[in-house]
Amino acid sequence: MQIETKFHGEMEVSKSDLWQFPKGMPGFEEEKEFVLLSIEGNAVFRVLQSVQTPNVAFIVGNPYTFTEDYSFKIDEPTVELLKIEKPEDIFVLGIISLKDPFEASTINLQAPVIFHAENKTAKQMIVNDESFSLRHPIGESQSSAKEEA
Amino acid sequence: MLVLSRKSNETIKVGDDIELRILEVKGDTVRIGIEAPKSVDILRGELVQSISETNTEAITMDATLFSQLTKKK
Repeated sequence: MQIETKFHGEMEVSKSDLWQFPKGMPGFEEEKEFVLLSIEGNAVFRVLQSVQTPNVAFIVGNPYTFTEDYSFKIDEPTVELLKIEKPEDIFVLGIISLKDPFEASTINLQAPVIFHAENKTAKQMIVNDESFSLRHPIGESQSSAKEEA
Repeated sequence: MLVLSRKSNETIKVGDDIELRILEVKGDTVRIGIEAPKSVDILRGELVQSISETNTEAITMDATLFSQLTKKK
């Protein structure tokens, strides 16, 4: 199918590339289908692009690239919604707020996006523990992130 | 909006399987116990609001900012 994207122009995606977000995302409840697009020349970040609305595109990255100490419990509603059976079923990405200068950019650790790789269902889960940062700076870890890429 | 008055230890049933119990009222703070099926998300309203705002903020980056990413290896 043909979709329109915010940064990649029009592109062809296959049905098997679609991620279902049964509940949408906070503030974007109507957006139920996304694709993960890679960014040319950049292995650290990807784009989580809505299939329905070209303008709804989030930059996402592996939170463990930007913080050493990050662990949380997947809550029951998420386990049920995504039908998670074992830890290997899932992977986690964080939503990045890009800023100018780049070093001021942040990642949301309070609400990670959980992806079930097998059934292609995903959810932005809000961690019910307010010690997690909504705006964790990513600038200082950027040099190490580059090396990992 | 339905408005109900409740005293300490009184409950409100929402549908068949959600029960809210007023545990304690102290000054301007009310402690509420919630019993709901495991599949129901229970979250503080302000927290959901700030996540929505952060999401909205995250999609406002423009093409110029995005183009910086393609140069970072």
